[in-house]
Amino acid sequence: MTAPPALQVRGVTVRYGDVLALDDVSLDIGRGVVCGLLGANGSGKSTLFKTIAEIVTPQSGSVRIHGLPPARARRRGLLGYVPQSEQVDWAFPVRVVDVVMMGRYGHMGPTRRPRRADHEAVAEALERTGLTALAHRQIGELSGGQRKRVFVARGIAQGADVFLLDEPFAGVDKPSEHTIVRVLRDMRDAGATLLVSTHDLAGVAGLCDEAVLLHRRVVAHGSPEQVLAPETLLRAFGLQEETA
Amino acid sequence: MTLVDWITVPFTFEFMQRALLVSVLAGTVCAVLSCWVTLIGWSLMGDAVSHAVLPGVVLSYLLGLPFAVGALVFGVGSVALIGAVNRTSRVKEDAAIGIVFTAMFALGVVVISRISSDTDLRHILFGDPLGVSDAEIVQIVALTAVALAVAALKHRDLTLYAFDPVHAHAIGLSPRRLETLLLGLLAVTVVVALQVLGIIMVVAMLIIPGATAYLLTDRFERMVLIAVAVSTAASVVGVYASFLLDVTPGGMIVLVQALAFAAAYLAAPRHGLLARRVLPRRAAARTTGDAR
Repeated sequence: MTAPPALQVRGVTVRYGDVLALDDVSLDIGRGVVCGLLGANGSGKSTLFKTIAEIVTPQSGSVRIHGLPPARARRRGLLGYVPQSEQVDWAFPVRVVDVVMMGRYGHMGPTRRPRRADHEAVAEALERTGLTALAHRQIGELSGGQRKRVFVARGIAQGADVFLLDEPFAGVDKPSEHTIVRVLRDMRDAGATLLVSTHDLAGVAGLCDEAVLLHRRVVAHGSPEQVLAPETLLRAFGLQEETA
Repeated sequence: MTLVDWITVPFTFEFMQRALLVSVLAGTVCAVLSCWVTLIGWSLMGDAVSHAVLPGVVLSYLLGLPFAVGALVFGVGSVALIGAVNRTSRVKEDAAIGIVFTAMFALGVVVISRISSDTDLRHILFGDPLGVSDAEIVQIVALTAVALAVAALKHRDLTLYAFDPVHAHAIGLSPRRLETLLLGLLAVTVVVALQVLGIIMVVAMLIIPGATAYLLTDRFERMVLIAVAVSTAASVVGVYASFLLDVTPGGMIVLVQALAFAAAYLAAPRHGLLARRVLPRRAAARTTGDAR
């Protein structure tokens, strides 16, 4: 018996009123894989994330995380979520270390009082993401790339196995991007599965093991070279326009 | 009369001691809640809950129940009604809030106008800490203790909810349940502060201490401490000033809080107007040698 894939999406269809956001989307992503999720604005990338996290309920289809229904996977702390920068209140009075500690809340008792294991997990996550020296800064005092790493560190401290990263390279300068790529590869090598949404096609080949091209449905799924090949893009989007 | 007498004598009167006690308790519990209220952006919700308890207070009076019972029922009920209208129609949330709380408030005003005197209405609307009864003090102390205990036990979850409800959801917590808990605390807090400030001004205590503290620190724990310090100090100064000036204590407390906010708004070390606008310009002028 083989272990179920890290992430399994089966026939997911999501409508917002009359708007079809996802149309019969199915994909399997294996363990220890970085998968780039590509697509234009409005192609359904965010909706797919929300469906996997069960923030949006699909009209049909199902999601399994390590073979488990999403609610059980969430309670086990398997799902890590790295939000888009625009969704974070950077003026909120929390420090880097406070945010990373929030990754541990699922492991704690009802009052979320951190124990030694929690402090150690947070220290290690800060170390791995290169944020130790910035641990006591308020989050708004960080650069774009450092801000992203805070939420990656939160997922590491949580011990998540499947990470959803929403546009992790938006508003990030090149040196920071290299640091993030290194951190994400380390996580992959440690066995984590990462689904990374981006519309930066150039950065995909260097980071991702595979890529998914989404346009309300899965247009292509394969190696970055296959998915990004000009004929695939052309054929995919050409086909899309004919059917639309 | 010495200076010390000036300060201590007013508080030898029993009605002043009682007013001071309820004002400080209300100031404390409201200040704690105000940190989450201002960070989430629930100011209008705070205003709504405080207005919506009016019919509950009136009905409690009619039925001979403790006023907190009716107030809690209507506070929590209005929050549920706002959520229901918002979810099941295309009306936006702020409109749903505005409709429900004004309707509840109007219901209270109409019932009072039928059964009671203008004096009672004025006390409920503007507060009457000097006339607080023993039974009311018992209710206020009990509710304050409950609210502070719950806030202390669940403060990390509530702050997580305020900061990142999606993460709360992703790790298997229920943002909906945390929201309900916080709204329940808000309703309890409004009831505590009702006697001091009255329905119309309660919302000041639910916003100003948190907003003031937010300008003074970047740490949540310190924000709570500063908010409580500002709020309780305003209660003491407000009650005292109301005695000296022979004016209403509720109004004085809010004015003192507003002054504290204005001071922080102008002079907070990092987030105040002076620090953000004037000082950087001066520093820049100095480094470039520009005398302008």
